[in-house]
Amino acid sequence: MIEIKNISKAFNGRVVLDDVSGVFKKGETSLVIGASGTGKSVLLKCMLDLVEPEKGEVYFDGREFLHVGENDRKDLRREMGVLFQGGALFDSKTVQENVKFPLDMLTNMSETEKNDRVEFCLHKVGLDGTGPRMPSEISGGMKKRVGIARAIVMNPKYLFCDEPNSGLDPLTSIKIDELIKEITYEFDITTVVITHDMNSVLSIGEHIMFLYKGKKLWEGDSNTIMTSSVKELDEFVFSNHALKKLRGEYLK
Amino acid sequence: MLFDYLCVSPFTIAYMLKLLGKFFIFLNELFTRRESAKVYWNRFLDECITIGFDSVLIIAIVALFIGAVTCVQIFANLVSPVIPLYIVSNIVRDMTLLELSSTFMCVVLAGKVGSNIAGELGTMRITEQIDALEVMGINSASYLVMPKLLAAVFTFPVLAIFSGFLGIFGGYLAGTLTGIITPEQYIYGIRFSFTPYNVVIPIVKSVVFGFLIVTISAYKGYYTRGGALEVGKASTAAVTNSCIAVLIADYLLAELLT
Repeated sequence: MIEIKNISKAFNGRVVLDDVSGVFKKGETSLVIGASGTGKSVLLKCMLDLVEPEKGEVYFDGREFLHVGENDRKDLRREMGVLFQGGALFDSKTVQENVKFPLDMLTNMSETEKNDRVEFCLHKVGLDGTGPRMPSEISGGMKKRVGIARAIVMNPKYLFCDEPNSGLDPLTSIKIDELIKEITYEFDITTVVITHDMNSVLSIGEHIMFLYKGKKLWEGDSNTIMTSSVKELDEFVFSNHALKKLRGEYLK
Repeated sequence: MLFDYLCVSPFTIAYMLKLLGKFFIFLNELFTRRESAKVYWNRFLDECITIGFDSVLIIAIVALFIGAVTCVQIFANLVSPVIPLYIVSNIVRDMTLLELSSTFMCVVLAGKVGSNIAGELGTMRITEQIDALEVMGINSASYLVMPKLLAAVFTFPVLAIFSGFLGIFGGYLAGTLTGIITPEQYIYGIRFSFTPYNVVIPIVKSVVFGFLIVTISAYKGYYTRGGALEVGKASTAAVTNSCIAVLIADYLLAELLT
């Protein structure tokens, strides 16, 4: 379980996050949604301590993260897996080396064990046989999947995904969503997904947090979102005609 | 009063001090929370190839021609019937050892190596590769920069010796092939009143310049924010700042070492 308390952040006096609190439960796929520029990615970076918040606390299963010593923070970080927006694969390394990298750096596993683990993770994300290829030789969707493989290679307790569907076609987006959901259930981990993809919201959103101008405006799930009466959320989620129609049918 | 005299505002000085402070914090990051020696060793070998071996050709070309030009210019401007010809190679030797083999070489390397480092780290920053290292619990600054720094400090002196040798050889080729000086006179001038300490100077200088070029370029690249445009700006700033630092350090080392 991840708990965030009163996270606030401003850049050059412009408030990006304003007192955001929430709980992300274990075994659930939690979504943070909102329009561009509402502070979703900044919230994720604050949770990962890549951006220092002005105030607030982050707890991983009761363990405070932002205000602890370097060693404790390092230990906690080893329990996290992160999928970045563009995949953030190392250009100079092959797919296999990218996935193996955390094992090389952070474990004392033998070469055989590492290779087995990498093979397992690549198989898990449906990329058998792509190990020797370079990141520049694979598609955007494959990069995301390699990113997921690298994120889960250390058996993380917490998985963070920053806009996993951005720049992908609808079919690949659905596959990535399904993969994230499957991994969350199978490994019983706490998953936080930053997204503004409405298909993701409706298909994998077991717990949804809506941010609007840096504030948490609504919290619920993919069913309660259909009946929400928050104007800003309605405008954001149901601006699409097809979704508006879907909600109409759902309410009937 | 003092600020007026120096023609700078207190804000400019405060800003420069802030930058300097940030640079020293960055240096501190390199040496704290280090990764295992094995990790650095593998990356060090890679960087020795990128920074050192891949620079051999450009350094060879620059050193040969600068040595040749120095020989021709000295002959044209200095030699008269009262000055013996071996003085040409004598001056080529000292100029090459004291300045050209280290300072000139490092200005060239600031362009090649500095822009490469700033571009690489800047791209890694904007594509979140540095963030990916940080969330794994790896000290990204130390992991990425330390092997480059060690490789530069190790390979720059080797390149300086190589450059010094080729510079003197370039002078020999230009001098003997154009009939300015005979091979015997050139060799005599090279050996005449030779001070072995002068060989130490380019080695010391190249170590200091290597440190400055790598740390300044890495600092510029590591803190890049924005997109491709900013990466280009960081590369440019890395080269110009490194060159300025090398020239200032050159003056200070000249005062200290001679």
